[in-house]
Amino acid sequence: MTAVAEKTPAPEASAAEIPSFEVTLRINRFDPDSGKDSSWEDFTVTMHGTDRVLDALHEIKWHLDGSLSFRRSCAHGVCGSDAMRINGRNRLACKTLLKDLDISKPILVEPIKGLPVEKDLIVDMDPFFESYREIMPFLVAKGQEPSRERLQSAEERERFDDTTKCILCAACTSSCPVFWTDGQYFGPAAIVNAHRFIFDSRDDAGEQRLEILNSKEGVWRCRTTFNCSEACPRGIQVTKAIAEVKQAVIRGRI
Amino acid sequence: MQTHDYDVVIVGAGGAGMRAALEASKRARTAVVTKLYPTRSHTGAAQGGMCAALANVEEDNWEWHTYDTVKGGDYLVDQDAAEVMAKEAIDAVLDLEKMGLPFNRTPEGKIDQRRFGGHTREHGEAPVRRACYAADRTGHMILQTLYQNCVKQQVEFFNEYYVLDVLMTGDPRTDEGVRASGVVTYELATGEIHVFRAKSVVFASGGFGKVFKTTSNAHTLTGDGPAMVLRRGIPLEDMEFFQFHPTGLAGLGILLSEAARGEGAILRNSNMERFMERYAPTLKDLAPRDVVARAMANEVREGRGCGPNKDYVLLDLTHLEPAHIDAKLPDITEFARTYLGVEPYTEPVPVFPTAHYAMGGIPTNIRGEVLRNAEDVIPGMYAAGEVACVSVHGGNRLGTNSLLDINVFGRRAGIAAAEHAATVESPELPEGVEIPTVELLQRLRDRPATEDRVADIRRDLQETMDANVQVFRTEETCRKALADIEALKKRYETVAVQDKGLRYNLDLLEAVELGFLLDLAETVALGALYRKESRGGHFREDFDKRDDVNFLHHTMYYRTLEGEEGAEGTSIRLGTKPVVITRYEPKERTF
Repeated sequence: MTAVAEKTPAPEASAAEIPSFEVTLRINRFDPDSGKDSSWEDFTVTMHGTDRVLDALHEIKWHLDGSLSFRRSCAHGVCGSDAMRINGRNRLACKTLLKDLDISKPILVEPIKGLPVEKDLIVDMDPFFESYREIMPFLVAKGQEPSRERLQSAEERERFDDTTKCILCAACTSSCPVFWTDGQYFGPAAIVNAHRFIFDSRDDAGEQRLEILNSKEGVWRCRTTFNCSEACPRGIQVTKAIAEVKQAVIRGRI
Repeated sequence: MQTHDYDVVIVGAGGAGMRAALEASKRARTAVVTKLYPTRSHTGAAQGGMCAALANVEEDNWEWHTYDTVKGGDYLVDQDAAEVMAKEAIDAVLDLEKMGLPFNRTPEGKIDQRRFGGHTREHGEAPVRRACYAADRTGHMILQTLYQNCVKQQVEFFNEYYVLDVLMTGDPRTDEGVRASGVVTYELATGEIHVFRAKSVVFASGGFGKVFKTTSNAHTLTGDGPAMVLRRGIPLEDMEFFQFHPTGLAGLGILLSEAARGEGAILRNSNMERFMERYAPTLKDLAPRDVVARAMANEVREGRGCGPNKDYVLLDLTHLEPAHIDAKLPDITEFARTYLGVEPYTEPVPVFPTAHYAMGGIPTNIRGEVLRNAEDVIPGMYAAGEVACVSVHGGNRLGTNSLLDINVFGRRAGIAAAEHAATVESPELPEGVEIPTVELLQRLRDRPATEDRVADIRRDLQETMDANVQVFRTEETCRKALADIEALKKRYETVAVQDKGLRYNLDLLEAVELGFLLDLAETVALGALYRKESRGGHFREDFDKRDDVNFLHHTMYYRTLEGEEGAEGTSIRLGTKPVVITRYEPKERTF
């Protein structure tokens, strides 16, 4: 099925008018209540200059088919709601500009893989957060609490800076072939968040976390395919973080 | 339908909600009900910092912070509340550090601090380094740290549950003995209704920036909390005061932190003039946001805007070292690259004011207790964060004071809610409390298909709000907005949703949210019409001076009772509430 929406140009459009273009999104639709398998549906919409994939999805939902379902919130790449597969790559829809894609052919949009699809582009995130919770994603500081702040040098702070950027969007974990086939693997995002605490000079639970990650669901499942690093919309060097955790497990300490 | 029983129910899982949850869940059986997964909340989009007079890098004290907050808010701030916030700021920052927040550090290993708009030493003498920060992702770190600690403390969350109605034992407009009794919620995954009975309810559901078109706010910031309590007879306060953040990415509204100017960036017009020198000779680019936003809009109006349509100004970082930019402002410079294709190392970034923050909201006292009029509280009802009006922000919030507000008053509300719950029995819930919500959803679902769309009504609302009640307002524009909103409300009464299903029906919820937005937009336009003066973020071109004789008071908005007449044909009755003045007598603001 193909549907087309026309946007009427703004009346005050002038010489500086932003160029518009037509783009087709081929979206993988699924509604478990329908009893049918998932299927592809094409939507063609008119979009403008700096519009993103999220804007095109909104245009479809708001003017062509209100039943199209996807999550979104901040719309500028910090809340982590709208991770999806766009032309076979995990990306945030709100950070992917249409003009950066080949719009001469349909843009493929699918839910992220490895998590149960609930409806259209919405997946069940609970297993993802379950793994996250298992690696103790919180500071454990022993000893007496100081009256002021704990001291930490700029270098110590820098040591784990990269992994503090994680927004838990699941783009990395759901890009991982091991995660797709092995329901038990913690996945890259959980390891990234373990890294964030293991290498924090204020934390005293690193060894416990390393023990958890040394288990059969842990870091050793990683086969270093680098999908996760490529998928991360925050530019975190995920594979490097996992390698550092592996090293720490081998040494038995941080 | 399912029912749940808790001591404390917290609505929303952003900074204020989770800070409240960390306190309440230690003391009482607590549930957090949130329409988003907690880490999706818009606290995570806050960038620049959280102010506290730690004096880690230069002399500072909480009294200067209080003064700046009061003056920045154009003397509409309740000074007792500002003092509480500035005093407790220090522990609020230290608490976050102890919870694990990775602040940037000084060479001595202490929490680093930087400059921010309106924060000064010696009562306005010069900018002071007061903002504690983690690069330009301080809000992200606060949200993550609070969530991490909620995981540690095993706080109970109901994720993707939309709260659609608030329950009380009576009508707050007429019943003196009224108290909180719970909330009605809608489970997104299944469409099922869940009623939560609670001794205490804490609203921490954030703001309503989506009444405007150009906004830094998330799509989900639709003011559900304030709109639903207003419908149930709880007043709102100071809705006419909305902050327009000076530096939104032009045309998009995406926020570029004031931290950029704190680190030395400069605003320029088409002549490459540093125009803020004319408007605020002392603080220049670091004057409070209302002053800077108005100056920018004025430059554009007077023909000194940039770009093909001369409709924005420039934020110039090109004189800063790229290494310094990467260390202190990595995210916002990436926004400029991603969304505008501009390289901030070498090119100035197009910016224009963007609707950012509601100073108004649900009135509370300094314990976070919700008021049912200018004086009396509703036992068991609390609010904290952007949804609330304490009022620590008055007519204009200072940068960083929102991250502070959520921590200080989120904590206070969480403690108070749990303490209250320990002293009372569970409230009675009569049969059928969910019926109004069920009927609301049914009406939207059952309507015959229409040409008109929820999205079109919302767009028209946002366009009239941007055109008429933004940085500059007049009687005429406020009346135009009110008339437009009235017409949009009529359209809303007949508009249909397309998705009739139960599973993840966001189509239906967007329609419900639009109803909330329409109600709140009406209060904003009405308040802007009635406040015939200019103060903080509210600027009337036809009354361009502050008028302390007639308007040194908060505005209260009450939903009219059956048969009662509202203002300007609306169903809102306006009232006032005195401003609490302790140390600082109002005087003219110069920066």
